[in-house]
Amino acid sequence: MQFMLLFSRQGKLRLQKWFSAYPDRVKKKTTRELITLVLQRKPKMCSFLEWKDLKIVYKRYASLYFCCAIENDDNELLTLEVIHRYVELLDKYFGSVCELDIIFNFEKAYFMLDEFLLGGEVQESSKKNVLKAIAAQDLLQEEETPQGFFEDHGLG
Amino acid sequence: MICLHGHIVFSPSTGDKTLDGYQKKKYVCKLLFIFLLGHDIDFGHMEAVNLLSSNKYTEKQIGYLFISVLVGASSDLMKLVIQSIKNDLVSRNPIHINLALHCMANVGSKEMADYVGGDIPKLLTSGETIDSVKQSAGLTLLRLQRSSPEMIPLGEWTSRIIHLLNDQHMGVVTSATSLIEALVRKNPDEYKSCVSLAVSRLSRIVTASYTDLQDYTYYFVPAPWLSVKLLRLLQNYPPPEDPSVRTRLTECLETILNKAQEPPKSKKVQHSNAKNAVLFEAINLIIHMDSDPNLLVRACNQLGQFLQHKETNLRSHNYALISDAMWPMESWRLFKGQTERDVSVRQRAVDLLYAMCDRSNAEEIVGEMLEYLESADYSIREEMVLKVAILAEKYAVDYTWYVDVILNLIRIAGDYVSEEFQLLHSKYHLCSPNTRGLLLSTYIKFINLFPEIKTSIQEILGSDNNLRNPDVELQQRCIEYLQLSTVASPDVLATVLEEMPPFPERESSILAKLKKKKPTATAEGGEEKEKEPRTIPQAQVNNAEPSAPVPLQAVNNTAPAGNAGGAAIDLLGLDTAPAPAAPAASSGLGFLVDVFGDQPATNGVDDDALTAGAEENFKKFFCKQNGVLFENDLLQIGIKAEYRQNLARVGVFFGNKTTFQFTNFTSNLVLADSSKSALSVQPKAVDPVVDGGAQVQQLFNIECIDSFSDAPLLKISFSYSGQVQKLNLKLPVIISKFLEPAEMNSEAFFTRWKALSQPEQECQKIFKAQFPQDTEQVKQKVLGFGLSILQGIDPNPDNFVSSAILHTRNQQVGCLVRLEPNKQMQMYRLTIRSTKPEISKALGDLLETQF
Repeated sequence: MQFMLLFSRQGKLRLQKWFSAYPDRVKKKTTRELITLVLQRKPKMCSFLEWKDLKIVYKRYASLYFCCAIENDDNELLTLEVIHRYVELLDKYFGSVCELDIIFNFEKAYFMLDEFLLGGEVQESSKKNVLKAIAAQDLLQEEETPQGFFEDHGLG
Repeated sequence: MICLHGHIVFSPSTGDKTLDGYQKKKYVCKLLFIFLLGHDIDFGHMEAVNLLSSNKYTEKQIGYLFISVLVGASSDLMKLVIQSIKNDLVSRNPIHINLALHCMANVGSKEMADYVGGDIPKLLTSGETIDSVKQSAGLTLLRLQRSSPEMIPLGEWTSRIIHLLNDQHMGVVTSATSLIEALVRKNPDEYKSCVSLAVSRLSRIVTASYTDLQDYTYYFVPAPWLSVKLLRLLQNYPPPEDPSVRTRLTECLETILNKAQEPPKSKKVQHSNAKNAVLFEAINLIIHMDSDPNLLVRACNQLGQFLQHKETNLRSHNYALISDAMWPMESWRLFKGQTERDVSVRQRAVDLLYAMCDRSNAEEIVGEMLEYLESADYSIREEMVLKVAILAEKYAVDYTWYVDVILNLIRIAGDYVSEEFQLLHSKYHLCSPNTRGLLLSTYIKFINLFPEIKTSIQEILGSDNNLRNPDVELQQRCIEYLQLSTVASPDVLATVLEEMPPFPERESSILAKLKKKKPTATAEGGEEKEKEPRTIPQAQVNNAEPSAPVPLQAVNNTAPAGNAGGAAIDLLGLDTAPAPAAPAASSGLGFLVDVFGDQPATNGVDDDALTAGAEENFKKFFCKQNGVLFENDLLQIGIKAEYRQNLARVGVFFGNKTTFQFTNFTSNLVLADSSKSALSVQPKAVDPVVDGGAQVQQLFNIECIDSFSDAPLLKISFSYSGQVQKLNLKLPVIISKFLEPAEMNSEAFFTRWKALSQPEQECQKIFKAQFPQDTEQVKQKVLGFGLSILQGIDPNPDNFVSSAILHTRNQQVGCLVRLEPNKQMQMYRLTIRSTKPEISKALGDLLETQF
């Protein structure tokens, strides 16, 4: 996988993960192009599209679009399930995840993605194991956190 | 904080540089947040790097996140980052090691590979490393290998890396397989021994029951990600040389193919996606190995089956997958190479080729088909000719090519063309002048399409009968066409006689012919269709015996005694089903036909009664726009609708499923008295004749003027085999179709909700669930109904809160909806509020039927 983008129905980018080195300029241009491209598509349309020399696999969950760019010989059906598994992980962790969870707890969303995908490949497909790793992190955080951090942080 | 030209410039709030770790973390975290909101951040990097050396995990973690997301590989700070990584990699705390590894895998620069990459292989293969670190190390190594392949020599580690395929921990294997595949691509020989390990791992997965692998089973599919990775790894090698490994691999692939035939263990799309992902990768491997004809044939059959899959989404995925991989050509070549005895498999291959044809490969595929046509089995030849003609017609970018193809077609199978032409012309003198005019136009087009019958056509055009015809129109056509055919060059002819630009949903006449040959999509035995029983639809039975419902079986039983004799008994024998279906094949059943034929075609009382099943099908359209509205043995009626604000465009498609014509075909939309002032309908006329196997479209442009509660009635009538058939269906044009979803925040929602507090403005329904209360399904229905789904308004996440605007010409009405499922009781409570009581009620009545 080359990169993964999460954006809202209004076209706001919520999370970006690049598995190869791209210059900032290219990242911005790519993001813009893909958001427009995907948002234009109708609900019944196929979730796969060809874009430059990559394939785009996307799926909408509530108000968020999850969009992955994969190489031409990658398996797009399974990429769709990579997206789904990530959504399941977020959902399990946040409990009925919504867009705001990802906005305000973006760091968790990133940490979770790192446990699940690394270097663009699936590292750990077991939901239990990924959540266990995150729980271990949370435990450390709790031990280290001075009171009030969460509230402070939650308010941005 | 200062905003300067859109860039945000700010510094830690304390002003001096003595921030403690916690403050730094907060600062860096805020910067990240601002960046993710879409602003440029080009400062604060140093603070982030400082966090890396903190001994507090959370501070370190945020620091690394900042580096991964914001700092490019080319940053000046990278040296400091690498130093921190180096320190963390030797940490005793595995969770710190993982942070460093994740950062390397995310940034993946050459410099990193150079300075710290050398430590990774040891970490990956050491017996002391814990599983989660191994997993991360494997993929970090992969990322570093990609960015700088030469930096990290792996020679001494090769064998240990390969043996990770045997690891106890599935996660480690998952990660290692990706790494090994990348290494294999560069150096297949060195890693050759991974084949047998990969095969045995794969074998253990595919033979595992879905409980064996516990959390690695994904929607009843055992370890789909690992399976796909292993199957891809094996695609780097030829079939295994060792016979036992080879047998084991064949068994694996067979098991995967067998599983594809099993009924699905779950209806969820995740199950079928994961299962098919593995299946497709297995088929890829089979085609890559190209060694076992048995497996190849099965793979091809499987692909063929997918092409006929009912679910469009999956089918389109399959199309995409198959055409991407160029499998049809591959498998086609394999097919040509081997002598496939089974005609139906050959047919499949041709079907596949035909289905896969698009603009980019049309030339190649048509070429292949023409070549195959010469040696093709007679039973599939005619169909192949049609297919080639369709493809050539559809994808003719270049006229020279098109003409060449058609010429070739005529050379190989040309006898069909001229025979058919003679047959057509033999009826010419029986036709009315209007029809003759059309026929003449057809003939001149034939000259373009089939140049080899040019002379016979010119003879006809030049005959006295035509050239001196008393009908001026015919005479003029003949003279002009004759001149055109003699004067114009083939290129000019091709341009002049080019087909009209396509109408929407137009169907090629050849395609219709093809459909006629194969009335149903699923290939059945060739003779089957000739004697398919034709059940008389319920509607007609109603018409025949409205007042005295004599069981049809009884009528049937008296028939042979009356006059039909042996033939009727035969037919009964055919129709052993107890259902009251009257098989009315054309001959030998004179009596029965008379009984029905003599009945008055219309009958006042029952004329408006709905056809059986119409109500149920109608309800299926509340939450969708397209689908099948009605289907029986004779006719399929499909709907395709588009709505924009208060306007609707509804296409109704009538497909004749029989091989005979429907005549006197009419289809009218009748509005209930209550809806007459609320809807304005502009129907397009429909052709009174529907040929066997053909589909005709009728378009209705509808405007919603005011709210209404009764859907229009679609009355269809036609004659088939001398009998009048009548259908009364409800067209799914309902008030909710003119809803447009609206977004609003919680405050706006509650303000409006409270404003609509008069009792008659609210419609509340409490009802029992008719369908499983699956949140996702309910959500799809709510969205399909035309409502929005508003997040964060109802504290209970199971509840749905929606809003929409109803568009009519006279007014726009805002509607608020709340749907509360109660899973214990299997009940729903539905509350709708709008300014118009009748609209709240109408929407409530409609929505109530859907959950």
